[in-house]
Amino acid sequence: MKVTFPHMGNQYVATKVLLDELGVENIIPPECSKDTLDIGTKHSPESICLPLKVNIGNYIESVKKGADTVVITGSCGPCRFGYYSILQKEILKSMGYDNLKFILLDPPQGDYKGFFKRVYDLTNTKNPYKIVKALARATRTLYLLDEMEDLSYYKRPRQARQGEVDIHYDHFHRVVREAKGYKEVSTLIRDTIRKMKEVEEDPTRDVIKIGIIGEIYTIIEPFVNLNVEKKLGDMGVEIDKSLKISRWLTEHLYLSPLGLTAEKDVWRAAKPYLKTMIGGHARETIGYAVVYGKKGYDGVIQIYPLTCMPEIVAQSILPTVEKDYSIPYLCLIVDEMTGEAGYSTRLEAFVDLLRRRKEKAYNGELLSGN
Amino acid sequence: MENCYLGIDVGSVSTNVVLMNDQNKILGKVYTATQGKPIDAVKRGLKEISGQIKGDIQVKGVATTGSGRHLASMIVGADVVKNEITAHGIAALNFVKGVRTIFEIGGQDSKIILLKDGIISDFAMNTVCAAGTGSFLDRQAARLGIDISEFGQQALTSKNPVRVAGRCAVFAESDMIHKQQLGHNQEDIIKGLCDALVRNFLNNLGKGKDLAGPIVFQGGVAANAGIKKSFEEALNQEIFVPPHHEVMGAIGCCLLAKEHAAKKNNTNFQGFEIMNSGYEVRGMECEDCSNLCEVVEIIRDGILMSRWGDKCGKWSNQVKSDVEKLA
Repeated sequence: MKVTFPHMGNQYVATKVLLDELGVENIIPPECSKDTLDIGTKHSPESICLPLKVNIGNYIESVKKGADTVVITGSCGPCRFGYYSILQKEILKSMGYDNLKFILLDPPQGDYKGFFKRVYDLTNTKNPYKIVKALARATRTLYLLDEMEDLSYYKRPRQARQGEVDIHYDHFHRVVREAKGYKEVSTLIRDTIRKMKEVEEDPTRDVIKIGIIGEIYTIIEPFVNLNVEKKLGDMGVEIDKSLKISRWLTEHLYLSPLGLTAEKDVWRAAKPYLKTMIGGHARETIGYAVVYGKKGYDGVIQIYPLTCMPEIVAQSILPTVEKDYSIPYLCLIVDEMTGEAGYSTRLEAFVDLLRRRKEKAYNGELLSGN
Repeated sequence: MENCYLGIDVGSVSTNVVLMNDQNKILGKVYTATQGKPIDAVKRGLKEISGQIKGDIQVKGVATTGSGRHLASMIVGADVVKNEITAHGIAALNFVKGVRTIFEIGGQDSKIILLKDGIISDFAMNTVCAAGTGSFLDRQAARLGIDISEFGQQALTSKNPVRVAGRCAVFAESDMIHKQQLGHNQEDIIKGLCDALVRNFLNNLGKGKDLAGPIVFQGGVAANAGIKKSFEEALNQEIFVPPHHEVMGAIGCCLLAKEHAAKKNNTNFQGFEIMNSGYEVRGMECEDCSNLCEVVEIIRDGILMSRWGDKCGKWSNQVKSDVEKLA
């Protein structure tokens, strides 16, 4: 059994650790590229959301490298993601990949027997200790990865020599594919973090802060959001992403089966605008916009794939948040037609707007101080 | 000797060059077609503007904007490289007192810029649809067999405009042909088209935005009196078209260059002589890592001027330049 899985930002590193630790042979799909998207677009329904198209591309590219089993997690929120596994199975079947096996790791939702059967199928072992240990290590890897991500968000706008952070960052992604198991991978991540911390900073930089909100996949996968973190970082913007995989995993794997949640504060923040869960991450999108507004961020950017229903609802509510917290808001919608030039122009103009606003606020303070 | 600032806007359809003095007076302006050759267009623009200069001037700063801003900045040695939204916003702010809303329709894109307390507060730009932009109007004028400069005037003579579907450029065209076949007057169809485009613009870009007056209409399409009239009818208020509406992006650049010169008293401007230089652009794929960056080199008279396109910066850093980094 050679297992593969779809890409989503740094997640592949943690999944690799999980499978390595369980002794399951795995194949990481090649980095998302134009080819990946072309394959996916060709074989997917035209109006389906972008993540599905990229996923299909990932599977096909992995199958070409020898994978025979696909493992994906199920949806924990009622949006189209919940039907991904079924639809993807059908698409791959119609493409002639009849023998490709799908293992869906949905949260148990009561059916523990079925859940454990799927886990045993994947893990090739019935030793619960081994499974729990592997899972704990994968989770730790995720947290380390997100620590590295956060550090890169902090360092990029401040680095004295442009591009230095990305030399370490890109190096990590090249080397990690060859690393095996938790020990090697975690050492590599810690090394990268250390190297990034040593990157020289320019203390004179005037850094502005932007919160990135929206649909989780488009926020996290750099290929899909056209590397928004690098683009903004190079313009001198520090970002914070509202949704992180480590947080998502903790929420859905550990907390929600116990009826707990870590998102209570965010839900409360969203309450005046949206009282209930309407699917996807709409409530979190609005909640985080409010949170960023309260924290004094200079602006928020919402990113989502074309036709994403929950985010469309959020988009119509966000101008009210923008007014209430006087935090400028920009919406970017991505799909396979997105042109990079127009996207960059919008980002540049938005950053300009925020800088002028900040300058003006600063000058205003000086005047009133006199 | 008079201090001057040069603004260059390299758009998809036209390349505009403006020369402005310290008192924000326009000393010369050039509006020339880009025709897919931005380097030639910039050189032509510089040639024409230097022909318009009377007296002794000194260029204290240069800024570029438009989709070809990076290329143009490399050629002329710009001090500031800015996106077109900021450039247009700044230009309107300085030429129309208290402006709150800007409609800008150019060759291939259209935008709405909202201003509050003298700074840009919000903006929107067309994404996938080019209906209502200059290129589309050009095409339709050609289809109807009239000159684009008469298009607007014809619309004003219409008494009974027809309704044309404006959701999409392709449907608008087929609907227009249908109306022609039914025997409607030409001016009524043209007016119908103007109305449809304005409807499309307001629905696409203006949705959910508070379009407060005074409203300024600029960009190449602002020359079209028919579109201006349709805007006024749709919004029920006066629309101002500034005198140099077609070169507002370049004017914004002049102002940005002036602002830059006030802070830093030196310019990278290479001088007007560059219009006589020969330029060559070379591309290559760097194969040193998996990014496979496409690196572009620009060569002037056999000398390497600049490189860009590499993610790690090792090619571009070899050619040192202290052009102000974006934004």
